[in-house]
Amino acid sequence: MTTKSIKINDTILDFDENLTIIQACELSGIQIPRFCYHERLSIAGNCRMCLVEVVGGPPKPTASCAMQLKDLRSGPNGEPPQVLTNSEMVENARKGVMEFLLINHPLDCPICDQGGECDLQDQAMSFGLGESRYTEEKRTVEDYDLGPLVETHMTRCISCTRCVRFTTEVAGIDQMGQTGRGENSEIVTYLSHTLDSELQGNIIDLCPVGALTSKPYAFTARPWELQKTDTIDVMDGIGSNIRVDSKGNRVMRITPRENHLVNEEWISDKSRFVWDGIRVQRLDTPLKKIEGNLMPTSWEDALSIASKRMENGNTTFVAGDLVNVEALYTASKLSEYLGSAKILGDLDTTFPLNERSVYVGNGKIEDLDNARNIFLLGTNPRKEASVVNARIRKAWINGADVYRLGIQENLTYDVKELGVSLFDLQNFLDKLGSKKSFWTNTMFLVGYSFLNSKLADTALNTIRSYVEKFNSKLLVLHQNASAVGSLDLGFETDVKVKQELIKETKTIYNLGCDTLDVDQGTFVIYQGSHGDKGAGSADLIFPSACYLEEEGIFVNMEGRMQFARKAIQPPGKAKENWKILRALTEKLGYVPNWLDLNGLRNALFDEFQLISKPGEIIEVPWKAVKKQKKLDSKISLPGYVKNYYLSNSICRASKTMGSLARARNSHNLKKAS
Amino acid sequence: MLRRLSVNQPEEFSFSKTNLKWAKAQLKKYPKGRQASAVIPLLWKAQEQEGWVSKPAIEFVANFLDMPEIRVLEVATFYFMFHLKPVGSKAHFQVCGTTPCMLRGSESLIDICKARINGKQHAPSADGSMSWEEVECLGGCVNAPVVQIGSDYFEDLDKVSFEKLISDVESNKSPVPGSRVGRFSSEPSNMTKKYSRKKSSSENASIERYRG
Amino acid sequence: MLKEKDKIFPNIHGFQERSLKGVMARGGWVDTKAIIARGPEEIIKTIQDSGLRGRGGAGFPTGLKWSFMPKSTDKPKYLVINADESEPGTCKDREILRHEPHSLLEGCLLAGIAMGCSAAYIYIRGEYVREREQLEIAIFEAYEKGFIGKNACKSGISFDVYSHHGAGAYICGEETALLESLEGRKGMPRMKPPFPAGAGLYGCPTTVNNVESIAVVPTILKRGSSWFSSLGRKNNHGTKLFAISGHINSPCVVEEEMSISLRDLIDKHCGGVIGGWNNLKAVIPGGASVPLIPKSVCDDALMDFDWLKEQRSGLGTAAVIVMDQSTDIIKAIWRLSKFYKHESCGQCTPCREGTGWMMRIMERLVKGDASVDEIDMLIEITKQVEGHTICALGDAAAWPIQGLIRHFRNEVEDRIMNYSKRKTVEAAE
Repeated sequence: MTTKSIKINDTILDFDENLTIIQACELSGIQIPRFCYHERLSIAGNCRMCLVEVVGGPPKPTASCAMQLKDLRSGPNGEPPQVLTNSEMVENARKGVMEFLLINHPLDCPICDQGGECDLQDQAMSFGLGESRYTEEKRTVEDYDLGPLVETHMTRCISCTRCVRFTTEVAGIDQMGQTGRGENSEIVTYLSHTLDSELQGNIIDLCPVGALTSKPYAFTARPWELQKTDTIDVMDGIGSNIRVDSKGNRVMRITPRENHLVNEEWISDKSRFVWDGIRVQRLDTPLKKIEGNLMPTSWEDALSIASKRMENGNTTFVAGDLVNVEALYTASKLSEYLGSAKILGDLDTTFPLNERSVYVGNGKIEDLDNARNIFLLGTNPRKEASVVNARIRKAWINGADVYRLGIQENLTYDVKELGVSLFDLQNFLDKLGSKKSFWTNTMFLVGYSFLNSKLADTALNTIRSYVEKFNSKLLVLHQNASAVGSLDLGFETDVKVKQELIKETKTIYNLGCDTLDVDQGTFVIYQGSHGDKGAGSADLIFPSACYLEEEGIFVNMEGRMQFARKAIQPPGKAKENWKILRALTEKLGYVPNWLDLNGLRNALFDEFQLISKPGEIIEVPWKAVKKQKKLDSKISLPGYVKNYYLSNSICRASKTMGSLARARNSHNLKKAS
Repeated sequence: MLRRLSVNQPEEFSFSKTNLKWAKAQLKKYPKGRQASAVIPLLWKAQEQEGWVSKPAIEFVANFLDMPEIRVLEVATFYFMFHLKPVGSKAHFQVCGTTPCMLRGSESLIDICKARINGKQHAPSADGSMSWEEVECLGGCVNAPVVQIGSDYFEDLDKVSFEKLISDVESNKSPVPGSRVGRFSSEPSNMTKKYSRKKSSSENASIERYRG
Repeated sequence: MLKEKDKIFPNIHGFQERSLKGVMARGGWVDTKAIIARGPEEIIKTIQDSGLRGRGGAGFPTGLKWSFMPKSTDKPKYLVINADESEPGTCKDREILRHEPHSLLEGCLLAGIAMGCSAAYIYIRGEYVREREQLEIAIFEAYEKGFIGKNACKSGISFDVYSHHGAGAYICGEETALLESLEGRKGMPRMKPPFPAGAGLYGCPTTVNNVESIAVVPTILKRGSSWFSSLGRKNNHGTKLFAISGHINSPCVVEEEMSISLRDLIDKHCGGVIGGWNNLKAVIPGGASVPLIPKSVCDDALMDFDWLKEQRSGLGTAAVIVMDQSTDIIKAIWRLSKFYKHESCGQCTPCREGTGWMMRIMERLVKGDASVDEIDMLIEITKQVEGHTICALGDAAAWPIQGLIRHFRNEVEDRIMNYSKRKTVEAAE
């Protein structure tokens, strides 16, 4: 990095010369107004709002978003180049641009959803003229249908092209563009097709005006009436940082928070739009089965029934896909007390997963940025972790090669195919051999199709031997928010053990697992938030809070511990998950030495230091690999098998997700025919 | 002007054999992987073949050049020589209306278009054989006013000669392009006579090309 | 008047033999190999010494521009010829393309080799279909004779020339928009830096030159820099193709000496202003984008870069649009505003929104349907566009209006007064 001294207004500071003026200003605390510029998109330079004066440069202002410091010339006696951000030239330029942006912008702020959080509105207040001099007719632009998520009001569009750049560059779909030219140019999708992306909702945030707004949120609230809660998403294993906006006890919308290490500033459509499923199909009172029908009952009664069943021993605890660590921990302590087993419902392996360096690996999401070779082994990151997929795409754009083992599905970037079976992988590895420069810059992403496969033990060992030898990176793409937490707490995944347990056990204590098949005659206690498949086969139901309704810890696929916060109250008689379990412990005669959440967490952190540091990944010792065995299985690894938009009980309750799933199905049918 | 695809679209498009051969040859002009460069020439060829650029043509070109359809649509709508709906079957008169032509009477040519073809630009005459539009500077300013039909420029027009041009088109006479006042090309008028004896070419290069 | 022997384009009007035989008889493709043998540095130096300034409008020294091309690079380098002649009033390159194409091709080879380019792309505006066909014939001839292609002119150097065309977009005359268009996209100008010499066509070092700038190169190299610089005033050397249109008796394209007086140009070549010199109202001396000059300035005007710049106008492409006393000057400029509004690419805010606004106010000024305050407002708007856009189209849209108000404000005000008077009368009736 070469640094360069720049004088911004009156202060001289040193910066990386590759920075642009706008970035340097930002670093020195000077805010430059902008519309088209966005840190994570390519530079367009079209809005002209960020104009600054470069002293000694041409007698006209310069777009600060596009000008790199290295291109600024020093003064005649070697003085550092000077940039003015508040000179008369700059102020006039801003005023002028602002006026041009507003002449054809409708004055419909009172009925615009962007009102109150609109860049154009804010900047018009700061830099605009008080009144309009424009007396000609204003332009109107036709809207188009972008599907169930994004609503368009194209008359408001200021042609910043952020949406076009996002969909093309980040989401990797070439479907949006700007047609026509001049004042009649229009931002459109090809023939008004809806967007084929799992990340399209982000264009709502990116749009600096109210041209692209959220359809489900439309006309429901004003930003200043919303209670904002910073929390964590659980729709996949990424742990995307989100902000939940609620009004009263209702979630109104979900937007991303920036966290460069995790989700940059994007979230998937599932994370963003699932909220309409939060209050639908809810279990809001304890239920017990009487003559085949589930009937409401009191908590006292329900807990008594459960404790009586469990006292007799032989209870198996099952972790579902959305449980927080506090609940898992309490369940875990209870199972220890009862001497019973605990299993993870949504991950089946042929071998035990008990070392973090095996079931997580040593890689982080951000490592993708520097990887030259990325291996996708039995995973479809576009579906399993859409935001991570965008990051892989970014690496690919920057020159990384992506290799894939498994079924061919469109991932929005070019992929070099290794084949479909472990045998094909072995072939490739043998061919390439120990090419050090290759493997040291390699990152392996291992998915569930790989992990579930019959010889996954051997195969993962092979991959880990490369990691061990060349210091490559390995990251397991866990699909579910509770996966790593469950594994950290020792929940079982070995399918043989699991099957045996489920067959043998008399009572199952199911923490929101909706994929479990249970023999008739087994007594099932279901603790969960939504009346989905798991609840349907239960004998006793404990209604619990969902992820937006309680404080909870989630460990993401990298092993990063993060706090989810309570945004709204659980409905009816539903209670926080750990509290239900804590109440049960006492019924069963086991009294943990903690009573409240703080106490629980302290005990948890003491016992599991792996998950004791918020926001961080604790480094774990590397479990040495065993001797390598040849991979000879020719069985194809399956592709992504779930219905993406309907992958958990909350999205299955969401109308929006339902319509997306239907739209996708009909789209696929059309494509196939 | 809003640039949108026509509501009525044909089912399909493909290049004729000759044009396909030509299109494949075009790709050789550009470095490997840069075949998108050929998008304007290919769309133009499609328009020469069909008279306008249809949605199937856009998709054909996108597929041929391995470009996303939206990028080809952007190009087709950005460049105004692409007709996005059918034009007059015999001729589409592109009357230059920019100042140099305006100074020399293009407004009266436009009036003639309105009277004889259609009151509106881009709309066909009653029998569908002719249409017109006002275009921006055609780059024939010293031969103003200029009207382009297809590949050819008709120059040094006035009301009378333009009326005749339209009549000729109507009655299927193929009018020869070039100056309507007897100039050879863009020379000063006194030079026309001076050089007419010495000249070795009987017509300027544009007309020579028109003759084929 | 420029002597016949000093004309670089003796066949600009196409009267003479246009076959390759005729071209060579006039000196085309003669000694090309020997010139190449002088080496790139010598060629660039000759062009620099000749004082040739770019003929596309900006008048940037051509040799200097060439010297910006990086010497050592592992990427291919390109020469791109801007034949997207679209500036209203300009139609000189059309004549080179159809009647003197070999001078352009020979120029491409010499300039290309001087800069170490592997190929030249000639980007012709889409409307010039016949001109492109003629150029393509010339390219074919040149390949056939081995003048270009592998071992061009037996120099041992490979150099390709390709023709490419647009489809109706004035903005593609802006060099970076042209490159975008050539790469198969909308012609939206790029931001600079990086300049084309650093990252141009396909991200490779590129020089974009106007047709005329390159077509004069062979003759300069053959006759020497001092011959070229002996013509015209200091800093404004050589010969120049002028295109004179509008209210003159004989509009034409002629090659003349740089710095010729406007009056000579019009009187000697164009048969004078219609109705005589005193019937002259104003002249746009360099294509639509330069501010007009009123007759008082025209009387002494010299047609070169510096003289016209001093008069707050410009030589531009040397496209002279003559307007006599019968001209509705407000309407003439409004029509240019309409042109710029039509041709704005829509990328950046001030141009996209400003060109439409300016055109609409101009539309009302033509009728007089405005208040006098709006004249100052219009000037302010032109200043809000000028200098604030990605490319120079914004400036080009602003200048004609500024020129109009500067020199004909009275006329604009009178029109407004008359209109409001008429309205008052109508209202009273």
